[in-house]
Amino acid sequence: MSSKPIRFLLNDEEVSLADINPNTTLLQYLREKLGKVGTKEGCASGDCGACTVVLGEVSRERSSTAEMHYKTVNACIALLPNLHGRQLITVEDLQHEGQMHPVQKSMVEQHGSQCGFCTPGFIMSLFALNKVHDRPTREQANQALGGNLCRCTGYRSIIDAAMTAANKTDHFDSSSAITIRRLQAIADDSVGTTIELSGNGYRAFSPQSIGELARLSETYAEARLVAGGTDLCLQITQNLDQFDTLISTLDVPELCQVELSEKGFTIGAAATYSQFITPLSQQYPEWGAMIERLGSLQIRNLGTLGGNIANASPVGDMPPVLIAMGATMCLRKGDRIRQLAIEDFFLDYKKTALEAGEFIQSIFIPNASDTTHLKIYKVSKRFDDDISAVLAAITLQLKDNVVSAIDIAFGGMAAIPKRAVKCEAALRNQQWDDATIERAAAALSEDFNPLSDARASSQYRLQVAQNLLRRAYIEISSPEVVTQVITHA
Amino acid sequence: MRKLGDIDTKKNVGQRRGKVGQSHKHDSADKHVCGSAVYIDDRPNVVGQLHAAIGKSTIAHGKILSLDLSEVTRAAGVVAVITADDIPGHVDVGPVFPGDLLFASEIIEFNGQALFAVAASSHELACRAVKLAKIEYQELPAILSVEQAHEAKSYVRPRHTQKRGDSSSAIADAAHQLAGSLSIGGQEHFYLEGQISYAEPTEDGGMVVHASSQHPSEVQKLVAEVLSIPFNLVTVDIRRMGGGFGGKETQAAPWACVAALLAHHTRKPVKLRLSRTDDMLLTGKRHPFETNYKVGFDEDGLIKGIEIEVSGNCGISPDLSDAIVDRAMFHADNAYYLDQATITGHRCKTNTVSNTAFRGFGGPQGMLVIEGAMDDIARYLNKDPLTVRKLNLYQKQQRNITHYHQTVEHNNLQEIVEKLELSSDYLERRRQISEFNKHNPIVKKGIALTPVKFGISFTVQHLNQAGALIHIYTDGSIHLNHGGTEMGQGLFVKVAQIVAQEFSVDVQTVNVSSTRTDKVPNTSPTAASSGTDINGKAAQNAAQTIKARLLNFASEHFNVELASIEFLNGQVLIGEQALSFAELVQLAYMNRVSLSSTGFYKTPKIHYDRETASGHPFFYFANGAAVSEVMIDTLTGENKVSRVDILHDVGASLNPDIDLGQIEGGFIQGMGWLTTEELSWDSAGRMQTTGPATYKIPAVSDTPEIFNVALLPDEPNREPTIYHSKAVGEPPLMLAISVWSALRDAVASISDYKISPKLNTPATPERVLNAVSQIKLRIENSKAEEPL
Repeated sequence: MSSKPIRFLLNDEEVSLADINPNTTLLQYLREKLGKVGTKEGCASGDCGACTVVLGEVSRERSSTAEMHYKTVNACIALLPNLHGRQLITVEDLQHEGQMHPVQKSMVEQHGSQCGFCTPGFIMSLFALNKVHDRPTREQANQALGGNLCRCTGYRSIIDAAMTAANKTDHFDSSSAITIRRLQAIADDSVGTTIELSGNGYRAFSPQSIGELARLSETYAEARLVAGGTDLCLQITQNLDQFDTLISTLDVPELCQVELSEKGFTIGAAATYSQFITPLSQQYPEWGAMIERLGSLQIRNLGTLGGNIANASPVGDMPPVLIAMGATMCLRKGDRIRQLAIEDFFLDYKKTALEAGEFIQSIFIPNASDTTHLKIYKVSKRFDDDISAVLAAITLQLKDNVVSAIDIAFGGMAAIPKRAVKCEAALRNQQWDDATIERAAAALSEDFNPLSDARASSQYRLQVAQNLLRRAYIEISSPEVVTQVITHA
Repeated sequence: MRKLGDIDTKKNVGQRRGKVGQSHKHDSADKHVCGSAVYIDDRPNVVGQLHAAIGKSTIAHGKILSLDLSEVTRAAGVVAVITADDIPGHVDVGPVFPGDLLFASEIIEFNGQALFAVAASSHELACRAVKLAKIEYQELPAILSVEQAHEAKSYVRPRHTQKRGDSSSAIADAAHQLAGSLSIGGQEHFYLEGQISYAEPTEDGGMVVHASSQHPSEVQKLVAEVLSIPFNLVTVDIRRMGGGFGGKETQAAPWACVAALLAHHTRKPVKLRLSRTDDMLLTGKRHPFETNYKVGFDEDGLIKGIEIEVSGNCGISPDLSDAIVDRAMFHADNAYYLDQATITGHRCKTNTVSNTAFRGFGGPQGMLVIEGAMDDIARYLNKDPLTVRKLNLYQKQQRNITHYHQTVEHNNLQEIVEKLELSSDYLERRRQISEFNKHNPIVKKGIALTPVKFGISFTVQHLNQAGALIHIYTDGSIHLNHGGTEMGQGLFVKVAQIVAQEFSVDVQTVNVSSTRTDKVPNTSPTAASSGTDINGKAAQNAAQTIKARLLNFASEHFNVELASIEFLNGQVLIGEQALSFAELVQLAYMNRVSLSSTGFYKTPKIHYDRETASGHPFFYFANGAAVSEVMIDTLTGENKVSRVDILHDVGASLNPDIDLGQIEGGFIQGMGWLTTEELSWDSAGRMQTTGPATYKIPAVSDTPEIFNVALLPDEPNREPTIYHSKAVGEPPLMLAISVWSALRDAVASISDYKISPKLNTPATPERVLNAVSQIKLRIENSKAEEPL
């Protein structure tokens, strides 16, 4: 199979890339190779948003009504295969014929910049927001800006800039038909191929079909699979690691699908949070609300469900919910496909059941019955873009006030995302009352012996886990009681 | 020049943007939003330029047995490796007192201390190379806390005491006594642009340095001393910083020195940019404090006597800690008359990175103690804390002298508090909150109004001076330079407005250029909120000098009285005729009038005698007050600030929108300090929070939905400051103490406001939950005791 170079639009200029170290981040490429220094490095870890750029994509529906979609990403933790078939827009590209973009004007009018270092990142987030909402609400503004840190303004002026920016046709809109044609031409040329990038003895493959992915994964069993790269890139930018061979899953169409059937959701391993949050929220608002706090919009635009699972972090937010929902996963190695319950995937700290050459193809979430109570609680120091101290996921059914079905899993409480077996046992087939809850809360201390770190102490984690169980009890049995200060839009 | 340029004689006439007192955008706002504002890392690399990285220790305290850098030297791309042995001049770059070694060579004194530096062909290769050092240590016991420092009598400077009367007897004789203690966390600056410097050797053996520093003159001095060359061979240029907040007052200089040393050794330009992790490991933070107080008060809550002891965790060296702990002591009264008072401040030395200036400079920590005491007194007497606060406020004619014997003049604290109490509807909301709390077992609300009185001036007298330089060119455009640095606070636009005002021209006529030591020498740091106060005055002085020359010239040339010449909206009215500003400038040039001048300013009235702990350290006070309303979740400790009302005194504002930005930004930064921003170290003294993944500054959703911020109207500064404005950089940060106090109020509601909860800072969800648990335990215990 012949390999092809990465092709993308640098604003409106087509660029082809084949010979560059694939461990280069998009930010390094912009600042050091292209000399485009408007995009800033604030942390090189995807936490501050100073490096926010926008990727323009053609909507996946292949029809005459194809539209451009604009998503923000953190350039510091994005790799170059992310660019393939997309339009890269940076802060330098927003002015047109000497005029500032409406979001730039709005930011100036509202005095939304002080030191100005975070500003280009905010501008790009505002630009992407402006593309989806005419007059964003405060909640929409907060959602769009939750991954951009500003140390000077206190945000009020920036929120006002977001909410008052004029929404009118810009030069991206007026040239979108041409842009779509150009991007589709790249896509058409890539179907079924593998995009390859190599330099300094390192290489990366970005297969464009599941067959190619399966073949490459087996051929290069020592390679690292990378999806959104939001976690893997930290090894490059923080530990200064270099990966010999990377295989990117992000453009494998079969892995990006989100399907809802009568039985449940099937989510492709490389589907980003942004792709599945809307349908998932419609069925499970609690889950959608949690995902809105998972990372930032920039992270959710790159991060994938498969990545969150395969990364096997003890503080990943999706696995506990998937465990409580009884989700399963489909793993593929060559032509072999096997099914596994999510909870059986995690063996030990950062150790999984994934074999060499094997990859996650999709995740299946069976429908919860109408009578199931789903409770998902994320507790962290900060509301926006923070890693959980504790994440609790509970599904529960009651019959005549007796617990007829119960699944409880936690993140942040053990070396892996883990089911609370003793706690479940204390609840199962018991009266749904104070005494049962107290017994179940006590059982949590037998289930877990959490560690202390910079996010929380062991004692706090356990106390909060117990209290979250109590919160669920109060919310289900006394829905009139206000139980949370942090409410969702 | 032989031929003057063409000028538009009508240009700008009639309308004038950026008048003093009017809002005008930041000088770089357009460039910020277009990504065209240039920060040091954005400067194009020149041929041969090198990139530097710092090698660090991995223990907190010990002897270096061997330092093997052979692999570092051999690493890909490495051009030079330097240690303390390669420094021709000073190794110690302590800004006030010795103690800050550029590189440690024998004894390691904190985890992450700089040991050597590398210059390589790229930033990445330099960072990779420093990891290859092989270091053997003999570890020594480390002092990692204030408590351990006290036990070991480990201090960076002697303690200082401020005293009035006999506090001990006054406390004993008072109707009531209380005591309390509070641990106050530090704070990482988290400027979005990390520390960075660029040094380029000159043909004279000197150095041109571009630094992200609040103190160009000190960078110049230290680079010269490290290289052992005269100061006049070093030029420091600072166009802008991507945030400073005090973190680049002294602690930007070492990186400029290292870049200069590497440039000196390689004869190549060298850029040193600290990665975020290195920045957080290598540079100091806001001082954590351990504090305690004893207070005596009457039935109404009026303080009769108080003893406050504050102990700053200074880290390993004095840096600015003497002045910082002093400022904590100067603000131990905040807005209150303390009567008989003894304030003691300790400067504890620990094996941690040397803590440094941070917006408020010790003031916030000092204020937090007395605000905590106000709440404690109120709970004890079963009163609304606001009642106790109002009772103790400084008064106008009596009870108006601080514990360091400065009279509080032009005091408007009472008016501010009363106005805000009304505009925020405090009493009604207090009632509604109590009602809410009665009916809600899980979520509790809290509210608090706290004032701020912050002293303006450097407490080190000689720093209260500033210089400026103005040129007018023959097209009428004005070039402005002054000693202040722009870190986002809007200093440049404010000073441009001041200069434009003197000549009555459009603010766009004035170009503010980068701060350079070869234009304005011997400057003070842009710090202590003084930037506009002193540099604005110096620039005004320079403008007035030139203006006087122009007036005298016009008077002579046109033969009119001085009194009938007026600069007005881009024109100069001279008797019957009107010239554009540029026309007059050209005419003056042709008649050989100097169109360039320096300006100078020194702040009057200030002095402080450390021997007697008395004086007039502050030119004036900047005041304000805030009401914060919060909600807490008693199951998890999660909390949210739902509404904030602020009334703040900036005197006659030079630029209201810029001032509002400082107030809002300062408040949110203070809120972060007191809530989510938690620094943590492991038992070996290694910092665990080395990046934004673990260190959480406020994000957009933390900004309260209702955020009413107002400038106190019609209250020009009665001291002769620049256009009677007041400094605004630091004071608003301390308005956020209202958030902490409101959180305590919410926790106290569980005890029906009878118990004042202990709540160390930052009040993370974990600390709030602990406070809730403790108060519930106390209630349980007291119930258990009752039947007996």
